[in-house]
Amino acid sequence: MTALKLENVNKFFGSVHVLKDINLTVEEGEFVVFVGPSGCGKSTLLRVIAGLEDASSGTVTIGDDVVNTVPPAKRGIAMVFQSYALYPHLTVKDNMGLGLKQEGQSKAVVEERVSKASKMLDLEEYATRRPAELSGGQRQRVAIGRAIVRDPKLFLFDEPLSNLDAALRMNTRVEIAELHRTLSASMIYVTHDQIEAMTLADKIVVLRDGRVEQVGTPMELYNNPANRFVASFLGSPSMNFLERSVPGVPDGQTIGIRPEHLRLAPSGQFSGVVTHVERLGGDTNLLVKTDQGETVTVRLFGQDPTEVGDVVHLAFAPEDAFYFDAAQERIFDAAA
Amino acid sequence: MTQTRRIPGTAIAAHAVLITYTIIALFPVFVILINSFKTRRAIFRDPLGLPTEETFSLIGYQTVFKQGDFFLYFQNSMIVTVVSLTLILLFGAMAAFALAEYRFKGNTLMGLYLALGIMIPIRIGTVAILEMMVSTGLVNTLVALILVYTAQGLPLAVFILSEFMKGVSDDLKNAGRIDGLSEYKIFFRLVLPLVRPAMATVAVFNMIPIWNDLWFPLILAPAEEVKTLTLGSQVFIGQFVTDWNAVLSALSMAILPVMVLYVIFSRQLIRGITSGAVK
Repeated sequence: MTALKLENVNKFFGSVHVLKDINLTVEEGEFVVFVGPSGCGKSTLLRVIAGLEDASSGTVTIGDDVVNTVPPAKRGIAMVFQSYALYPHLTVKDNMGLGLKQEGQSKAVVEERVSKASKMLDLEEYATRRPAELSGGQRQRVAIGRAIVRDPKLFLFDEPLSNLDAALRMNTRVEIAELHRTLSASMIYVTHDQIEAMTLADKIVVLRDGRVEQVGTPMELYNNPANRFVASFLGSPSMNFLERSVPGVPDGQTIGIRPEHLRLAPSGQFSGVVTHVERLGGDTNLLVKTDQGETVTVRLFGQDPTEVGDVVHLAFAPEDAFYFDAAQERIFDAAA
Repeated sequence: MTQTRRIPGTAIAAHAVLITYTIIALFPVFVILINSFKTRRAIFRDPLGLPTEETFSLIGYQTVFKQGDFFLYFQNSMIVTVVSLTLILLFGAMAAFALAEYRFKGNTLMGLYLALGIMIPIRIGTVAILEMMVSTGLVNTLVALILVYTAQGLPLAVFILSEFMKGVSDDLKNAGRIDGLSEYKIFFRLVLPLVRPAMATVAVFNMIPIWNDLWFPLILAPAEEVKTLTLGSQVFIGQFVTDWNAVLSALSMAILPVMVLYVIFSRQLIRGITSGAVK
């Protein structure tokens, strides 16, 4: 069964075309991540699914029902916001229970579901506190709890980790992944962070300028990007694009090589001077200026003695290289 | 506040300026208060002297309570001020919420139209207002005053409150919508508590001109049973003889309710500011 189906969804703000012909299905229990640079329409798309914005055209189906005209509260969804959006005057318990109360659930049901969610998220000891008395991470867990108690058909996350610091972000990421496993619920997650996208998603949807660029599993997108945008967006450090440095690349084409696929070898296909070294302990990143004046990032595993100013030769396996034409589309039967 | 950056000299200077200002602002009030407790002769002989055993007299207060229906005037002023403020805050906040929250055609135009009243003094329309009140039979009623003051206060209220409401997080309102709160509940339960400092500001701005107004009570409601306190005090000021004891006593008592209201609102104001800082 499909949890969500979008057909030809368009959205205009005045004369600005924000979402362009979006077609997408989310299967039951799937974790789908919308990723893209800011302003690409990913948050707007999420708000259209939630019913906070109306689609200008097209249909939105959640479960078996077309929900274009259904108000947000009746769509069977729950949403977690970037700014937590907890009700400042209510306690943790009441924050989580408000949605159920509005649905007209009995007190016993509310109590039971809230305490179950609190237990799941380690929030039991904070039940009577107000949001102002909680830390950022705790607030975000309350926001997640508020979504869980409603037992929705579809969870929507709008950049939930952006306001957390780096260490907490990692922990909460793991928690969300575990939550997805235990609830086996369908989830849609919006982020601009490709690491969150790669680590959480069953399926990634890459958006740019209101259009879906590519849909696939994280590894499909990493190994087989459809165009230069997707190739550059996923992977960190991002892919190198070279026009002149590598011999044998036809005019007007660009070769793309991931930093981790380059290695130092005296017999390398091209060479350059090291301009900067980042030693991370586990990895070493080199910035190399090629003889043709282009800059390349090289990711070496482990520690490496290379110094700034060294001349290095770089090698890569031909099957790891991608070729793109002048319109930035991928060329599959590469000329080289 | 960092300790190291505080220079004692500037702190003293700042306090000196503030204290001077406070003295200048409070001096007339102080003079009214002390003179209201003195005999008529003492008021003129030594206007700045404190009441002594010889000069102390409650004659002013006695006159006020005997002559004129002081408590009725007081009650009228209270009703007019409180009801007008309530209506200004309620309707002003609702209009501001609509302007800040919903996208509709002519939103900006409507905002400008509502703010126009800030620039045009309502007294220019006094004749027209009087004609309207006469034809609707509202002359000499408190309703007439309440309607005029509400109209007078709304433009500024809408203007200030809509700016504040734009600052309330969209996510919070959307979370309420997803939890199934109606727009009214979102307005009353989520947005209003968060703009409470702004509401207090608007209330203070509007309260004092309404309480002190002489113009509209004189024109629209001069009858004995609907006189406000400011208008009522005028009976003691005559063309040839003015009963200064009574005038000063009436004015002293008129200060009290405004002060009580002000304390209530300003506490809200401070609480709003601090709760915002901790969040």
